[in-house]
Amino acid sequence: MSEQNQQHEQEHHIVSPTTYLIILLALLVGTAATVAASFVDLGEWHIAAGFTLFWNPVVALAIATTKMMLVVLFFMHVKYSPKLTKLTVSAGIFMFLVLISMTLTDYMSRAWGRW
Amino acid sequence: MSATTIVSLPDQSTARIPKMNFLTKENGLLSWLLTGDHKRIATLYLISITFFFFIGGALAGLIRLELLTPQTSLMAADTYNKVFTMHGVIMVFLFLVPSVPATIGNFVIPMMVGARDLALPKINLLSWYLYVVAGIMVIYSMAAGGVDTGWTFTTPLSTHYLNTHVISTGLAIFVAGFSSIFTGLNFIVTIHKMRAPGMTWFRLPLFVWSNYAASILMVLGTPVLAITLVLVVLERLFHIGVFDPAYGGDPILFQHLFWFYSHPAVYIMILPGMGVISEVVSTFSRKRVFGYTAVAFSSVAIAVFGFFVWAHHMFIMGISNYAALVFSLLTMLVAVPSAIKIFNWAFTLYKGSITFETPMLYAFGFMGLFTIGGMTGVFLGSTGTDIHLTETYFIVAHFHFVMVGGMLMAFLSGIHFWWPKWTGRMYPEKISQLAAIVTFIGFNFTFFPQFILGTLGMPRRYAAYPPEFQALNVFSTAGATILGVGYLLPILYLTWSLKYGAIAGDNPWQATGLEWQTQSPPLTENFPVIPIVDHEAYDYEWLEHQQQKEVASVG
Amino acid sequence: MSDSSTIAGGALAEAQHEHPPYQRHHFETVDQQFDATNFAMWLFLLTEVMFFGGLFTAYLIMRNWYYPAFVVGSHQLSIFWGTANTAVLIASSFTMAMSVWSAETRRKGLLLLYLCLTLVFGFTFLGIKAIEWHEKWEKHHIPGPSFSVQSFVDPASDPEVYKEYHDNPLQADMAQKTQEYFFLYFAMTGMHALHMVVGVGILIFMIFRAKAGAYTSGHVTFVENFGLYWHFVDIIWIYLFALLYLISRH
Repeated sequence: MSEQNQQHEQEHHIVSPTTYLIILLALLVGTAATVAASFVDLGEWHIAAGFTLFWNPVVALAIATTKMMLVVLFFMHVKYSPKLTKLTVSAGIFMFLVLISMTLTDYMSRAWGRW
Repeated sequence: MSATTIVSLPDQSTARIPKMNFLTKENGLLSWLLTGDHKRIATLYLISITFFFFIGGALAGLIRLELLTPQTSLMAADTYNKVFTMHGVIMVFLFLVPSVPATIGNFVIPMMVGARDLALPKINLLSWYLYVVAGIMVIYSMAAGGVDTGWTFTTPLSTHYLNTHVISTGLAIFVAGFSSIFTGLNFIVTIHKMRAPGMTWFRLPLFVWSNYAASILMVLGTPVLAITLVLVVLERLFHIGVFDPAYGGDPILFQHLFWFYSHPAVYIMILPGMGVISEVVSTFSRKRVFGYTAVAFSSVAIAVFGFFVWAHHMFIMGISNYAALVFSLLTMLVAVPSAIKIFNWAFTLYKGSITFETPMLYAFGFMGLFTIGGMTGVFLGSTGTDIHLTETYFIVAHFHFVMVGGMLMAFLSGIHFWWPKWTGRMYPEKISQLAAIVTFIGFNFTFFPQFILGTLGMPRRYAAYPPEFQALNVFSTAGATILGVGYLLPILYLTWSLKYGAIAGDNPWQATGLEWQTQSPPLTENFPVIPIVDHEAYDYEWLEHQQQKEVASVG
Repeated sequence: MSDSSTIAGGALAEAQHEHPPYQRHHFETVDQQFDATNFAMWLFLLTEVMFFGGLFTAYLIMRNWYYPAFVVGSHQLSIFWGTANTAVLIASSFTMAMSVWSAETRRKGLLLLYLCLTLVFGFTFLGIKAIEWHEKWEKHHIPGPSFSVQSFVDPASDPEVYKEYHDNPLQADMAQKTQEYFFLYFAMTGMHALHMVVGVGILIFMIFRAKAGAYTSGHVTFVENFGLYWHFVDIIWIYLFALLYLISRH
């Protein structure tokens, strides 16, 4: 039975409160940063004719995604979870991105007109 | 050609159904309504989906009756719209999607992996209750006047311009969607986490692989349908929304979100059927499935690629040419894994010892009809031809070939194959073979003319049509009558067999697979002791070895 | 073939028949039960990701089409309440993670404390949401027959917002599109709030069970899996905040 207990602890690594506290602070800092960034015009990047990338939404999404990763990895224990869990999370994010990006290919290319 | 059969039944004069089995374990209505036993839940599902199949079938009969004449003779055009809408809604969401997974899958998958039950028995029961609630809501919608948008709920027709029961039907499908999600979720967890010792992924029967792939589609695709239906309901209720141009919305957005699920949905419907065919073809050729790994991976490939092709339902709807190009190319790709399976089954048959019991007859029907249906799908995936063929009877024929000629035949094949395991009794072979042949003939008479009608230009979803199309329509309706007889017969003889069928014993088909190594009907806990697996799938030598061991030990 | 014996597991199977009371009979070990239910919760969260995904797709398209309306509409949301709510949810995620830790280390008192704190934060979030929505109702910004484009066609008529953002007046048709923004605002925050309400309900149930010692004797599965759900709801809000409140405040 002790073998089972050992395995039990190896699989269910208990994350320490200190880690949680650090992540909490990081998330609050991220929140402040994203609010501050929204008040500043961060400009744009003219990639090519007709393609302009505005930095504000990029920064906002980048900060949001970082916060998400912190919650997923530490609060949701994915960093310490089996590979299957990591694969599952990745599959979910991937499918979400497929939904958005492939739908967008239609909307973006409508402006290109007929052939 | 000698008429051989592989059926091996115990001596009927002394054989008895085992006294203790999952059907006799507990008695009373509550023991069924509150069960956690996957086999009882599968039985509940079987009864419910059969009920809805006949409602959907009756609606199909009404469609074919109306189409006997070029005018709207039997019912008003609006009523006809309601009839084909409900036919589609019931057949897709209340029959095809749950057909194999919720009945055969629920029954057989835990045994195939060597477990006592699915991972989440209560969620399994919840899944059935959600199905029943959805069914009741659909019946309510029909009784209250029906819905006439087509099963695809195209906006803004469904959100702005119609006064029919879109909300209740939409919510019913929302509920049915969660029933499907929970089934798929349960299967994925079970297959990952509850395999018996020694049951590695590549020793699993291919039926498990197919259902696993379908379950991934259920879990990832269905929620998008759910939110889309919520948005349609909100739009109808509050007269503001994202799908109606009058408010600044985009109808194409609805279609993107709707087909994001509904295309994978067709793979949800067909993959479990393909799993059945793998099992049946192997058993009735006495040969392991050719190219196990290819078939397993092609199931997963169909699931993955199936997510990338949805806009091929929207080529004429207003998407950009560039998007149409991308989706058309991807659609060509998704045909490949399906074709791989057909080739592998054909090579399984080659040099096998083939016998023609009923499940095998349905499997042959599947292979021929699904191939035709699948190939016509390629014509539709190519944008140039699709522009002419879409929204005609060609599409109707295409999807009925794959869904009815394919999936429904696979379902019947599976029901007949696992019937002895489920009930402990054999169905009557001769009449069932007759029914299979009648179904095949009726199907071809019904739907083959529709390919011709489509290429000639007859539009779908029309109650009235130009008179020059009448001959083919009459032919199609005649076929539908024959088809109806073919589907009625199994209800009659399968019910008959519950009392009068021959006692089947553990393994009448001499099949491999863990479910055939236990009693028929199985115990509630499936196995007295969890098996330890040391052989590959479809290992007929191992089976022979087992049988010899048994003969030796009895003596 | 009427014999129904299968390959025997022997002594191994017999030994594993003693199991903790919270282990269900179809599982062979407690670990299998934990692994399976944990995996099941993750799969459920995947379905939630795709469910919200449809809303995010709709939002993306509409924002691209009607950007000016979305900017002006977002100025009607209070950055103060939005940030406060974000901080509240992040704090609640922290207390939820601490609840799981307390259950894992069998500290019943702390478990109850952190679960109660999580509940308080949950209620606070819903309360602030109610305040925000009420404000929208008062200003006639709920889409439908009572919707008024006054604030968008003539921004000066809305002094609190005007003094912060000095928006230019919108053309009449673009002003109408602010309804799309608010429709998505209510749909997305409403769907999120619905998930919060379900979470709060389960939390209350859990507090009673925790008091009875259900989670501090080795069976942490329920708390851990609920934690996953709660964190997920937090993540959705993190994105909603960035997309709905912070479109452009300069």
